[in-house]
Amino acid sequence: MDNFAKQRTLLIIFISVALIYIARLFYIQVVDDSYVFYAQNNVLQEQTIYPARGLIYDRDGELLVYNDAIYDLSVTPDQVKNLDTLSFCKVLNISKEEFLATFARLKRQKGYSPWKPIVFQRQITIPTYAAFQEKLFDFQGFFVEVRTDRKYKHSNAAHVMGYIGEVTDRDIEKSDGYYRMGDFIGISGVEKVYEKELGGIKGTRYVLVDSKNRTQGRYKNGEFDTAATAGQNIHLSINQKLQALGEDLLIGKIGSVVAIEPKTGEVLALVSSPTYDPNLLVGRERGNKYMELLKDPTKPLFNRPISAPYPPGSIFKIIMSLMGQQEKVLNPSTTYGCHHGYLFVGCHPHGSPLQLRGAIAISCNAYFCQVYRSVINNPKYKHVEDAYNEFYKHAYSFGMGHALGIDLYGEGQGVLKKSTYFDKIYGRYRWQALTTISMGIGQGELGITPLQMANATAAVANRGYYITPHIVKKINNHANPNPEYNTKHWTTVDTAYFPIVIEGMQDVVEHGTAYVARIPGIVVCGKTGTAQNPHGKDHSIFFAFAPKDNPKIAIAVVVENAGFGATWAAPIASLMMEQYLTGKHDTRKALLERMLKDNRKPLNDSTTTKAK
Amino acid sequence: MTVQQPKPSRIDWITLLLYYILVIVGLVCIYASVYKETNPNIWDGSQNYGKQLVWIGISSFLGLMILLIDEKFFYAFAYPIFGITIVLLVLVLVAGTTVKGSSSWIEIGSFRIQPAEFAKFGTALALAKFLSGYNVNFEKDRKIQLISAGIIILPMIIILLQNETGSTLVFTSFILVLFREGLPGWILFAGFMLVILAILALLMPPVYIMVGLVFLAIVFLLVVRRTSLLIWITVGVLILSCTMVSSINYVFENVMQVHQRTRINVLLGKQVDIKGAGYNVQQSKIAIGSGGFWGKGFLQGTQNKFRFVPEQSTDFIFCTIGEEYGFFGSFIFVFLYIFLLYRLLMMAERQRQKFNRVYGYSVVCILFFHFVINVGMTLGLMPVIGIPLPFISYGGSALLSFTVLLFIFIRLDANRVNELRGAFD
Repeated sequence: MDNFAKQRTLLIIFISVALIYIARLFYIQVVDDSYVFYAQNNVLQEQTIYPARGLIYDRDGELLVYNDAIYDLSVTPDQVKNLDTLSFCKVLNISKEEFLATFARLKRQKGYSPWKPIVFQRQITIPTYAAFQEKLFDFQGFFVEVRTDRKYKHSNAAHVMGYIGEVTDRDIEKSDGYYRMGDFIGISGVEKVYEKELGGIKGTRYVLVDSKNRTQGRYKNGEFDTAATAGQNIHLSINQKLQALGEDLLIGKIGSVVAIEPKTGEVLALVSSPTYDPNLLVGRERGNKYMELLKDPTKPLFNRPISAPYPPGSIFKIIMSLMGQQEKVLNPSTTYGCHHGYLFVGCHPHGSPLQLRGAIAISCNAYFCQVYRSVINNPKYKHVEDAYNEFYKHAYSFGMGHALGIDLYGEGQGVLKKSTYFDKIYGRYRWQALTTISMGIGQGELGITPLQMANATAAVANRGYYITPHIVKKINNHANPNPEYNTKHWTTVDTAYFPIVIEGMQDVVEHGTAYVARIPGIVVCGKTGTAQNPHGKDHSIFFAFAPKDNPKIAIAVVVENAGFGATWAAPIASLMMEQYLTGKHDTRKALLERMLKDNRKPLNDSTTTKAK
Repeated sequence: MTVQQPKPSRIDWITLLLYYILVIVGLVCIYASVYKETNPNIWDGSQNYGKQLVWIGISSFLGLMILLIDEKFFYAFAYPIFGITIVLLVLVLVAGTTVKGSSSWIEIGSFRIQPAEFAKFGTALALAKFLSGYNVNFEKDRKIQLISAGIIILPMIIILLQNETGSTLVFTSFILVLFREGLPGWILFAGFMLVILAILALLMPPVYIMVGLVFLAIVFLLVVRRTSLLIWITVGVLILSCTMVSSINYVFENVMQVHQRTRINVLLGKQVDIKGAGYNVQQSKIAIGSGGFWGKGFLQGTQNKFRFVPEQSTDFIFCTIGEEYGFFGSFIFVFLYIFLLYRLLMMAERQRQKFNRVYGYSVVCILFFHFVINVGMTLGLMPVIGIPLPFISYGGSALLSFTVLLFIFIRLDANRVNELRGAFD
């Protein structure tokens, strides 16, 4: 090919491309007029369809949380034309300065574009909405978007349900573009843990809009639209009546109640007091109310039952009785004497000596110090460390010292030290049972959350196993799919060792320290605890399950700085068990009134948190 | 020796005129595409058109400088310039700013420059210098061919690493330059067939294509005079093609990135994507298509006013022409552009120095590639590859680099008479 031909080849290529392009231009500009139609209808606007968030019910199908429409005033800044600012401000009831300030703020926002709709004012009131709708025609560029916010039918279980709020920049980044500025997301509680299930999937609608921003119709008959998928409904394992009673009983007290169905690990009630009305954290005032709650010195936002560790006190004697038998250093007829205590651990006056069952009923400190000593100083093991490791293993198997895995954020681990901890303090081989003797009665280096207490009770009630406690019973009417919530976690104590301990727990209620917790017609097994703590008066603790055979409820109650376990915790647990098992809680009027009327411990500023 | 200033009469005024027509058309279109009623001042430096005006000024000044430089400068400094652009490219890789997913920018104050743009004329100069060397025979010498390929491929690799697929592809236009310098025509043809095969392979199952290829080969062998060599070549080509067809899907699924796959699928009509790549093209076609025969008139394009077309002042600038000036305006625009290319082609061919000729062809081919891809993309005929329309699109780096690219050639061309005279001295 000569050079001329080469040049000509290139020229031919140029000209053929030009001809192809001109032909194409002729076709789409002159021949095909469908583009003119699309252009006239000024084309595509993408609208987001927000799915309804899933509803939340209690275990019996009682509705707890539902959705409520709210109205957001949005604006497409570029489309604002000839706005009568004065009348606009009047309708919205804002000053001109506020109007200008809002606009300036919007412009500074991340991702601002004058052609993209942006929320001008969130959650306008219904009267404003109505007034605005009438004049919408005058306010070109503005429009109202309808979304939903949460409403709570009862003012209970705030810590369980949590609340929703607007997404943060981090949520948006993490979601890979799914969430957009102003979307709602679960921020705590079940709303957060089950965001994926409750949230549903947003849909998109493509509409044709004309140059005056009036909707002309669907784009290609909705061929590209995606429908929103509504969030799935959730059934909590909470029993609303029991929850409400628990919260009432704890008014004016600081404390927790956790009730579990032993067979399933389902949490029947999770009370944290002081609490707050979940309806406070919805709507425009969410932020302010949240700050108020945050500043409250009684910490109503703190989820005590799952986070706060308490010294278990005497209820730990139950665990000691079980592991002592398992370690073969204790049997039902083992007898120890009590001379008002053991070393520096004191004890109240009672008959002596005692066997195991009696020691539980009376809650003899000396007896369990002996048990602890024989477990830790067990000659079977070469070193105290090895014996302590067994102790650790047993306590751990009852759910102590680690987060159980409840479906809520912020679960605490409690306190259960490894032997290396004592090695560090006292030196290797330089400590033994007497060094840590107070652990035998649930004091010292032990901490247990109310949830762990209730869980341990459930393990005793089940004669040796527990199922990880959980809050959500059903998602979309199917059982909670998490396999953990359907697995038996066996303790390291044989089933055979449980009955004698349970007899002792029955004695506690029938004629022992918790006589007050007796429920007519139901065999209750329990154990009181009076935990010393360095911050003030003893904590009042009680854990129990009922009925003795085929237990339906296991419960743990902690009332902070309230004195003996039998004074406050035991009656509260008793009333709640009665409510759950019989549906009534007012058969013992005097007791109920004494609990409800408690003004013994006035809380600072708690009136705002629980106004009933 | 005194510097030989070109006499004004020897500058190719037609090219210069076409350049300014296109730049002005570009400015008007940028103005229209970002126009707002509240901000109609074309001198406003905060708006894209104001900035573009500044860039036009800078470009003109730079162009003038180039015209005043001794033409031997470019020959002498071809390799150093190439070297500097390569260093800049590597520098960007290390310390660049990422804009829209491509890390190809260097930030200086409020202005950003994209060294990939400048690599184009750097490579053109280097290639021209290399091929015009003493005793260099591109047609015969395998080593020369390989080094030429190396000069082109080196910047391509670095730019590809910057995630700038569009700019990388621009360098394939050098194949046309090599074609002029002696690359056999069948390679060009084979490359063309390869593209066709690749598109077919993406559209239908490879088995059909293979059957078709075998059929074609048999027909071919039946028609021509069969020699054993020809049979072997045919069989070889057949096997190669079949391998390529069967591997193209693998490359497509595993090597390409998601957005690239989407763009190609959208173009081939296999996938509808009205939010991403498909949305841009759909909106661009609506804008152009709604222009009709005479267009809607200056600033009357509703599609552009409401910003339905994304990137309208940069990659989709042709939409403004199509919508506001209709088929009539588009036709004139395409004609003007092709006329510029034709003019440059004629100028390249009339050079007596090989250096000037190779450089000239490089300019033509680079501009042509940009034109084909950019306009084709807005018409839905080419995949969405983000490269600007030279002289028209908004963007300082692009305008500057295309101006330099073009003006160096005008400067070289202005000297060809002197060379002639020198030959007789």
